[in-house]
Amino acid sequence: MAEENSGDDTLFRLMQQNASRIMTNVPWAQALGFELTEIQKGRAFAKVKWREDLIGDPDTGVIHGGVLTALLDNLCGAAISAALTKPMSMATLDLRIDYMRPAQKGRDILAEAECYHVTRNVAFTRAWAYHETREKVIATAAGAFALNDISRWASGNEAVELARNVLGDQT
Amino acid sequence: MTSRADELQAFLDRTPFARFLGMRCDIRGDEMTAILPFQDKFIGNKAINAMHGGCTGAFLELTTMAQVFLSSELKRPPKPINVTIDYLRSAKGEDLYARAIVHKLGRRMASVRAEAWQAERDKPVAALQAHFLVAEDS
Repeated sequence: MAEENSGDDTLFRLMQQNASRIMTNVPWAQALGFELTEIQKGRAFAKVKWREDLIGDPDTGVIHGGVLTALLDNLCGAAISAALTKPMSMATLDLRIDYMRPAQKGRDILAEAECYHVTRNVAFTRAWAYHETREKVIATAAGAFALNDISRWASGNEAVELARNVLGDQT
Repeated sequence: MTSRADELQAFLDRTPFARFLGMRCDIRGDEMTAILPFQDKFIGNKAINAMHGGCTGAFLELTTMAQVFLSSELKRPPKPINVTIDYLRSAKGEDLYARAIVHKLGRRMASVRAEAWQAERDKPVAALQAHFLVAEDS
């Protein structure tokens, strides 16, 4: 992995300890009912429960693609935070979603994202959404995110905000 | 065109996720503008009051879907094959607008592009390119 990923893993440990708070701190993720279930180094896992108001096709009960877009975008951000050694703010540059098969009515959607490369300015991610296992994937995603030094920018994403709050002056 | 617009409105009215977003479509002649009145739940970053990228993306995806529906004679909404979203600027906590262009409407596939903007049409916050399956029997 890139140099940025070695060394201090304070941020990573903080994220692991506060996993459940990371999504609920984001109003849009909370509105859609996203739950961050697990964090590993450079990886993040989430769940979204099937809900009537997220249906995109009223005749079949299939969840709207936009919900998956939001889920995978969010999760890619969490995976990047879990790959970094210092808090940075991030912004999605581009995100591509491929829809493999419709999500089934009434079933929860699971997702995982991995950050597989980080440079000074950009992080690259892949993500998957599925029921139960990755064998039958509902959608896949590939994304690129711009990274910004938190000290130059008075804001950040949820993980960065969390780290700032917990770490205080250390950052 | 008018009846097609009514059919689109009827579809949006009975689609839970479109209602969840509170999206509207303003159709004048053959031109449609999708409107997303701002709600607090759209926020992705409270610190800078920025809209979540996934919200912009979902709105653009519905916009392209609506435009394909409007431009075709489909009875049901088209199925997405893939979408690519370019994030161009940070979207603020304000109303969002979007327009889509159908580049190609074939018998099976449609290729469509949309842009979303806020205060200035010339400064789009995001662009989305989508492919849809439009075959009626699939």
